[in-house]
Amino acid sequence: MRGTAAIAFTLLLLLLASLPQAQGTAPATPLTLLSRDGRRQVPTIVLSGQELIALDEVASLFQVAVREDTLAGGLTITYRGRTIVVSSDQPMASVSGRVVALPSPAVRSGNRWFVPLDFLPRALAPIYDTRIDLRRASRLLVVGDLRVPRVTARVEVPGPPTRATLEIAPAAPVSVTTEPGRLVIRVDADALDAALPGDGAGLIDLIRFGDQPTTIVVLLDDRAGPARAVPAEANGITRVTIDVTGVAAPGDAAAAPPPAAPPTAAAPALAPPLFATPRTPLQTIVIDPGHGGDDRGARGARGTEEKAVTLEVARRLRTLIEMRLGIRVILTRDDDRTISLDERAAVANNSKADLFLSLHMNAASVAAVAGAEVFYVRLDREGEDARRAAESGVPLQVLGGAMRAIDVIQWDLAQARHVDASAVLAGILEQDLRAQVPMGGRPRQDAPLRVLTGVNMPAALIEMAYLTNGEQERLAQSEAYQSSLAQAMYNAVVGFRSYLDSQRTP
Amino acid sequence: MKRRTYLQIGAGIVVIGLLAWAVSRGLERLAGLQPESGAAETGTTAAAASVPRITATLYYGSADGQSLVPVRREVPLAEGLVPQGREIVGAQLQEAPSPFVSVIPEGTTLRAFYVTDRGDAFVDLSPEASSRHPGGSSTELLTVYAIVNAVTANLPTIQRVQILIDGREADTLAGHVDLRRPLQQDLSLVREP
Repeated sequence: MRGTAAIAFTLLLLLLASLPQAQGTAPATPLTLLSRDGRRQVPTIVLSGQELIALDEVASLFQVAVREDTLAGGLTITYRGRTIVVSSDQPMASVSGRVVALPSPAVRSGNRWFVPLDFLPRALAPIYDTRIDLRRASRLLVVGDLRVPRVTARVEVPGPPTRATLEIAPAAPVSVTTEPGRLVIRVDADALDAALPGDGAGLIDLIRFGDQPTTIVVLLDDRAGPARAVPAEANGITRVTIDVTGVAAPGDAAAAPPPAAPPTAAAPALAPPLFATPRTPLQTIVIDPGHGGDDRGARGARGTEEKAVTLEVARRLRTLIEMRLGIRVILTRDDDRTISLDERAAVANNSKADLFLSLHMNAASVAAVAGAEVFYVRLDREGEDARRAAESGVPLQVLGGAMRAIDVIQWDLAQARHVDASAVLAGILEQDLRAQVPMGGRPRQDAPLRVLTGVNMPAALIEMAYLTNGEQERLAQSEAYQSSLAQAMYNAVVGFRSYLDSQRTP
Repeated sequence: MKRRTYLQIGAGIVVIGLLAWAVSRGLERLAGLQPESGAAETGTTAAAASVPRITATLYYGSADGQSLVPVRREVPLAEGLVPQGREIVGAQLQEAPSPFVSVIPEGTTLRAFYVTDRGDAFVDLSPEASSRHPGGSSTELLTVYAIVNAVTANLPTIQRVQILIDGREADTLAGHVDLRRPLQQDLSLVREP
């Protein structure tokens, strides 16, 4: 009884909490989604001058997965392994690692999240398999390869005689039917993106859509006599010239009044500059979620798999870095698949990353062992040789006959020249992790770790917790703990960036 | 009535199955495993009596699971570097004595042991070393360096050790420690008991 009352009270509270936020008005003309499957209306709201669409609506329309990331203050939208992160406090989104400006941040209204309509063409379109085209003027959202030419109609000379033109771009075949009191112009297309004048002039009362979305009707005035429409194609545009003469006064070739200024479509607002921050020594970061696919990694007593936890934390960390620092982040895998250690290093080297973080979960033969540990590379004798070779450089003859010292290094010992920076990175990581999570017995070590040896940039491997410890396994599954780990590593990235800055400006 | 018959038939099958298992186990003991276990038994008993033994330092996981602990143990003396190395690694792969914990995956055996002219030892382990490894960088380091340290600590002419799995060069045991090159001794993981 008491329980029911409590639930009812909670529901009431939730309802009340959601009420004041649920503002936003419907737009004057609904947005129409146009695809091969036909057309349908898409609900949107207008909130402080900005047209927004609900993310759950986007999810169902485009089959994308939406996930809220409370820590980063953002939302992650996934489509076939590609990811968009939308910020809730800055007007931008990160699309597969590239930052895109939006007119406003994501907005929560009630229990729904809304994004500006521009999210569709700017953020979703680049990663979507089929074309997404937002035609603002005609309130059309075109999905897929549909022929939707723009149609501009205007009365050039009110007359009488009255002359109007219909411009169809790109060009499309047109057929004209003359009916009593009107002309029907049928365009061979899937739909029309038409900006039609509100009313006519002279002998034309009105130019409007016909019964079908691909027909345009020119309604003639009572005083109108013979009318004709002649299509002609030039420069990829079909121009239909409509001439209407009066019944009583033919041949009255009065001087044409100056034609009305052609309505020009408002040019889309240019995207604001992406980032005002100065160039940073950290442009690209590669995060490597350890294991994956057939390689499950370590496993806890309750069945928690290392490969799943590392991916979760990597995604959180990516969101944080992209949203707050605007640094490009690449994951070596963004789903559950098997990739070799060499491929992971290749992703980092090929993207010319400035930092490489490999995320792992630890295991021990004694259940009591717990805590996070940070590793950086240790290279034995061969690594030392490689490092010396890289430092001294090999004299090679260059074009023109001069000799120049060229840095050469064995490709699989690329880490040799970054050992010092990696040690600093590991120190920063240890310090920032310690502030957030318990540390292990050996919080920072150097070791010959395979995934680190081949990466040509400062790199560290973080064993975030022990899955063989019951308490840590439980924590590893919790969103809060994953967020703490991501936050700690994010702080370390910021710290390492400052270190790099200090190195650059002596 | 019918139900009872089924029950009786079922019980009969179970009894026959148990008998067959017992007989096969007995035969295995008599035939299949006889030479090996016999050799081992005679080996140990003979060793206790006559085979000379040396004291070697082997490395086991500490009771808290965080370090390697050097433990002095007797292993049979063998003639020559390679046979002695074989004895040492063989002993290192055995289960850890209490209170220490084993850092070698259960079932791991030594397939081969050889030494190159450069003084690098190759330790060829059975696939269990990789397939049964629980994973985690820390544990993998303990596994690898228990073997590397055992070889280098007891055979001073050997500077570096490369671990092979099932006769082939391996990337790692479980995705962490680089096994593509011979490794030097690392005592940073070792804690005196």
